Amino acid sequence: MIYLQLIWEFFKTGLFSVGGGLATLPFLKAISLKYPWFTPNDLLDMIAVSESTPGPIGINTATYAGFHAAGLGGSVIATCSLVFPSVVIIILISRALTRFRDSALVRDAFYGLRPASAGLIFGAMLEVFAASLFHTELWKGVGSLLALLNFPAIAFFLALSLCIWKFPRLHPILFIFAGAIGGILFQF
Amino acid sequence: MNPYLDLFLTFARIGVCTFGGGYAMLPLLQREIVENRGWTTEDELMDYYAIGQCTPGVIAVNTSTFVGYKTHGVPGAVCATAGMVAPSLIIIVIIAACIQQFAHLAVVQHAFSGIRIAVCALVLQSVLKMARKGVVDLPTTLILLITFAAVAFFEVSPVVMVLLAGAAGIAIGFFRRRRT
Repeated sequence: MIYLQLIWEFFKTGLFSVGGGLATLPFLKAISLKYPWFTPNDLLDMIAVSESTPGPIGINTATYAGFHAAGLGGSVIATCSLVFPSVVIIILISRALTRFRDSALVRDAFYGLRPASAGLIFGAMLEVFAASLFHTELWKGVGSLLALLNFPAIAFFLALSLCIWKFPRLHPILFIFAGAIGGILFQF
Repeated sequence: MNPYLDLFLTFARIGVCTFGGGYAMLPLLQREIVENRGWTTEDELMDYYAIGQCTPGVIAVNTSTFVGYKTHGVPGAVCATAGMVAPSLIIIVIIAACIQQFAHLAVVQHAFSGIRIAVCALVLQSVLKMARKGVVDLPTTLILLITFAAVAFFEVSPVVMVLLAGAAGIAIGFFRRRRT
């Protein structure tokens, strides 16, 4: 049964995630809310591993998510289901390659899809971001608003953001490694 | 060598050597597919890569399916894609199993508390880059804000928002052309 659910969910992810790289994230977030396979916070660990290992990020996160859900079988099924719609669509498009490329319809659709994929990813990750930078578990407490802020974590986040912005050519692995060192030293 | 095995191994090699997703892959594809193999011309590859970004799914997979299909039809497409995916599958399963094994150690938990913050910063930076590329006028600004709010605060399914955004783009394009 879990295999059927995996096939359906990752087929949908493959069919509707547009924009490459992190475009699968909003769908994985939706899966994490619907099934007990992994939590929204696990997504951050999956991204970290996916960015620091070889292979396309979308494939890596799907494999990882499938593994969390149902072990080795789950990861194979999740990955194949993610890839299946792409392969079919590309084979269909190959027959009318130039017509597809020059189509005004495709261009118009992407005029709407490009900003949407940025909004989707940020919207899906907002809760997870908040959980890493704020003491959200204190939300219901009486403490002052200031107590919510995890100051060391926010400072570390700002410092890393500045470095990523200043040195866009440095590889993400370096920042993930810096994150690991910082985490061991400061225990956020 | 068997042409299907050749496709599988070539794309497996590209998959292993690509760290950090689709955009890092282009120079490798150029060297392996265009220069070493001559399977496509430079122009064809650039076309595949551009269209791979305008079709659903993972860009690297879309590009490998194109090249495989062009050289050896449907079986070629399947072999090339399988080659692109296989190294990820093996490496991630091993790492995921290892992390599960060591997740209870305090030092691993501390490391991940910092890694998660780094990932937040990296994801935010990519989202900003995507937003700068996608937001070009008022309608695209609205589309970004609406999709953000729908997913962040109302838990609307991303499938619905993707369909709506595509439809909105087509509708806006249609009205603009009629006006001019």
